[in-house]
Order: sequence, then structure tokens, then C-alpha cells
Amino acid sequence: MSAAWVVVIVVGVVTVACKAAGPVLLGSRPLGERTLRVVELLAPVMLVALVVTQTVGGDKAIVVDERIAGVAAGGIALWRGVPLVPAMVIAAVVTAGLRVLV
Amino acid sequence: MRAAAPLALGPLLFGLSFGVLAVEAGMSTVAATIFSATTFAGSAQFAAGSVLEDGGSAAAAVLAAAFLNARYAPMSIAVASLFQGSRARRLVESQLIVDESWALAGRGGRFERHVLVGAGLLLYVLWVSSTAVGTLVGDRLGDPADYGLDAAFAVLFLGLALPYLRSRRALEAAGLGAVLVLCLLPVAPPGLPIVAASAACLLGLRR
Repeated sequence: MSAAWVVVIVVGVVTVACKAAGPVLLGSRPLGERTLRVVELLAPVMLVALVVTQTVGGDKAIVVDERIAGVAAGGIALWRGVPLVPAMVIAAVVTAGLRVLV
Repeated sequence: MRAAAPLALGPLLFGLSFGVLAVEAGMSTVAATIFSATTFAGSAQFAAGSVLEDGGSAAAAVLAAAFLNARYAPMSIAVASLFQGSRARRLVESQLIVDESWALAGRGGRFERHVLVGAGLLLYVLWVSSTAVGTLVGDRLGDPADYGLDAAFAVLFLGLALPYLRSRRALEAAGLGAVLVLCLLPVAPPGLPIVAASAACLLGLRR
């Protein structure tokens, strides 16, 4: 089986179980406070980690290229209140534009 | 349904772009569409796709996605009382819990079942169908880097992260995770830095 199919099946099963945790498995019984504090941090930590790899990640290297300018432009747009989709378009246009020019 | 309508454009475009990424990650149209139909959680799917596209292992992609989706356990517990009927029915309906439907359903201060299910269904149909179309676009697109899509995906992750970064604790943990990634990128195999960054969540154990 290809890596892609393994990911599709295993992630699918894990996600179905997480979403069913309350309605099917545990009911409204809350998780312990310590567990909750760790779980709450997973989404922000993983998403920011992905921002970093997607921006400067290379083949076993930190690569600084046109992506940084595009991500900076998109990030500033988000910070100024631009919605996510237009901010992504700004990042793509800046990055693709620089790749053509440089 | 009406409450979810303004949110429709986003998922449609995200589904399209996930389809494009899935092709780059080595998924067929069938695999990518089944992924969207079973996992139905954009951020985790983009994470898994991003790791695979970088040449990471299946294990790294699975862990990154599973860590991201762990949040659905406490989120589903918070809305558990809305789901009634047989176990099978609760199992199926609970799959409609996704960030947007969950947030919309709780807007009024207490969770409303018809909003969660209605918005969830609409988002589900949009997400699965646009993923399938996106893979067909991706097949014809050539190198997504030519269109700057790699940077656009970074901004997508940033935009998804922002709502979670309101507390000081979350900012500290995310900052530590980012440092871990930067330290590991030059030495570790692809995908591993993201998985290792999850250790930063242990900051949550502090008082």
C-alpha cells in the first residue's frame, strides 16, 4: 500500500474516533484539566510549526527564498484584517512574481 | 443553512487547493476524495499533505495530522448532549463536527444542534466535492511553486493558527515549537521537525 493510502486510512480512523469521543464514547464527562491544557496547545503549536516548514523548509536545510517575501506580505495582510483567502492570493502573487523576476 | 452561506466560498477554495496539494503529495483523485470524506478536517489534511509533499514518511504525516485533530476530542465532548438516538446515528452525525460548524453552533452562548448539523452538512458537501475537482486541476497545473502556492499554504496555516494564539500560553508554546522546528530542519528527515514541535505542548503542564 502506498504511503498516501496509509495516511488516508489511519488519519481517517483517528479523526472519526476523536469526533465521536463525546457523542458516542465518553458522553459529556470532561477531560482532566491537565490533559485539556496540553491538548489545547496542540493546534496552535502544530499550525505554527507548519508555517515555519512551509516557509523555510528545504531538503534537510533551511532555505531562504521568495517564499519569505510572499508569506510576509500575506501575514501583514492578515494582521491588517484582510480575510484568509485574499491574504493567500497576495502571498501567491508576490512569491510567483518574484520567481519570474529574480 | 443561512448562517453558513457566507462561509461557503472559503471551504470551496480550500477544497480546491487541498486537491491540488494532494496530487503533489502523491494521492490519486480517489484517495484524496476519500480522505476529505472520512477525515473532513482541513487543517489536518493540509498538514498531512504538506509533510508527504516534503518527502516525509507516512508515520510523520499521520502523527502531524493526528496531533492536530486531537482537539476534536474535547470539542466533541462539549457538544455531546446535542446528539441523541442510536450509537450509529450519533457516530455519523458527530462527523459533522468541524471547526466552523462548531464555532457557528456555539455563537449564541449555548450550542444549537440544527446549526451544527446544517452548517456541517453544507461544509461537508462543499469540501468533498471541491477536493475531487481540485485533484483534476492539480493534474494539469504543473509545478504549484510556479504559482506561489507553497507560500499561499504557509499563509493558510498562519491564518488557521491566529484564532488559537490569543493566550500568552499558546504564544509561548507556539514560539518554542517554531524554534524546535528551526533547530531540527537542517538535521532531521522531512516531517519529523513538525512532529517533534508537539513536545512544546508540554508547557501546558505548568501551572
